[in-house]
Amino acid sequence: MSDVAERVKKIVVEHLGVEEAKVTDTASFIDDLGADSLDTVELVMAFEEEFGCEIPDDAAEKILTVKDAIEFIESHSG
Amino acid sequence: MRRVVVTGLGLVTPLGCGVGTVWERLTQGVSGIRAINRFDVSDLPSQVAGLVPSKDEGAHGFDPDSVASAKDRRRMDDFIVYGLAAAIEAVTDSGWMPTDEESQERTGVMIGSGIGGLPSIADTAVLLKEHGPRKVSPFFIPASLINLVSGHVSIRYGFKGPNHAVVTACSTGAHAIGDASRLIMFGDADVMVAGGAEAAVCRIGMAGFAAARALSTHYNATPTEASRPWDKGRDGFVMGEGSGVLVLEELEHAKKRGAKIYAEIVGYGLSGDAYHITAPAEDGSGGFRAMRNALRNANLSLEQIDYVNAHGTSTPLGDEIELGAVKRLFGDHAYKLTMSSTKSAIGHLLGAAGSVEAIFSILALRNQLVPPTLNLRDPSDNCDIDLAPLVAKERPIRYALSNSFGFGGTNASLIFTAAP
Repeated sequence: MSDVAERVKKIVVEHLGVEEAKVTDTASFIDDLGADSLDTVELVMAFEEEFGCEIPDDAAEKILTVKDAIEFIESHSG
Repeated sequence: MRRVVVTGLGLVTPLGCGVGTVWERLTQGVSGIRAINRFDVSDLPSQVAGLVPSKDEGAHGFDPDSVASAKDRRRMDDFIVYGLAAAIEAVTDSGWMPTDEESQERTGVMIGSGIGGLPSIADTAVLLKEHGPRKVSPFFIPASLINLVSGHVSIRYGFKGPNHAVVTACSTGAHAIGDASRLIMFGDADVMVAGGAEAAVCRIGMAGFAAARALSTHYNATPTEASRPWDKGRDGFVMGEGSGVLVLEELEHAKKRGAKIYAEIVGYGLSGDAYHITAPAEDGSGGFRAMRNALRNANLSLEQIDYVNAHGTSTPLGDEIELGAVKRLFGDHAYKLTMSSTKSAIGHLLGAAGSVEAIFSILALRNQLVPPTLNLRDPSDNCDIDLAPLVAKERPIRYALSNSFGFGGTNASLIFTAAP
């Protein structure tokens, strides 16, 4: 698992209060991990904080799964 | 008119959590007021408050994990957590947790707050200024809104009836009980979960009330002596926090399901001072009319009131004005009833005060025991009625009246009697 993937999953576990095993690449924040629309906003803010990047609203709307988040961050940070 | 009784009680106070524990400590003369240790108070004139004890301090302390998970608590400022905790105790106590749609639709919630999420508002304002709008949490608004206590309680239990929240400063808790009881009387609901919640002991809250010259400032070294209603040494109120929630229920509904009935709400009176934004009308006419209106609503004679739970905040002006109104209204009977201020033990819980004190009044009725006015060693001139100084007092209580008065000149009185 890449460093980014590990850090993304850690944030998801902390913010959504879910078991680590459930946070698979394909897990959907809303459908699989019990997040609501406010949780997803907060998750995106946490990713921004962790990776020092800015995730614009139109991009954030497309981040629906753990994998979406990892891919966006890997292609936009550093 | 449909009659309304009380079938569940819940308390989170500076004396601890849980109705039994709080009542025991209150009537033993324990004080819940202490030096503030949660934030820097070195530059604040008032450095004491009635703080809800933590679970680390003993079995009477508050365990937030028992109310909601750490994740869910990010959506709630502390007043919501306290309100939800008191509501859970009250609902559990009442045994009313219906799962059928019709019963849920006949059950409502009306839990208010005086100020709401003041700590969140203060912290978020600083965050906004220092880091900009993108750092503002999506939970900031729902964590701060006053009606979100009612919202959370309804979501937790599926209560789909009237969902409302009172905001009348320090009369909030009393108005919530009175207004919720009328929703039951008028048939809008059969059961209402009603009360108030407050958690505004933070730097901006302490600074604001201090600036209004409302707080005690001379007892920072001796916190338990700071709240001293009617005593010559009083110098302002002591901030407090917590929540009091009651389950109110239509009498026949309660009887039919065999509910434990604590008391009946027989009178509710309201008034406005039309005088000043913070000071009570000098002649006490606002409080006088609230009490008179409650007596009229209850169709009682003056002589039937045996206990008055006073607003009694320990301010130089307010205490004597209220006592003057009681004397003027009750005449000779003022010298036969007993009045006490439980704010002497817990401080002023603002929007939660009225509902916490309503619960104390109900427990006084049930136990025929008046909780004491602590620190009342040297009463002011004219404070010559029985104010239950220092120790709890056993006496017959047929009807108990509870007063709440708020900034803006908003007054409410409630009258309770034993279960029918």
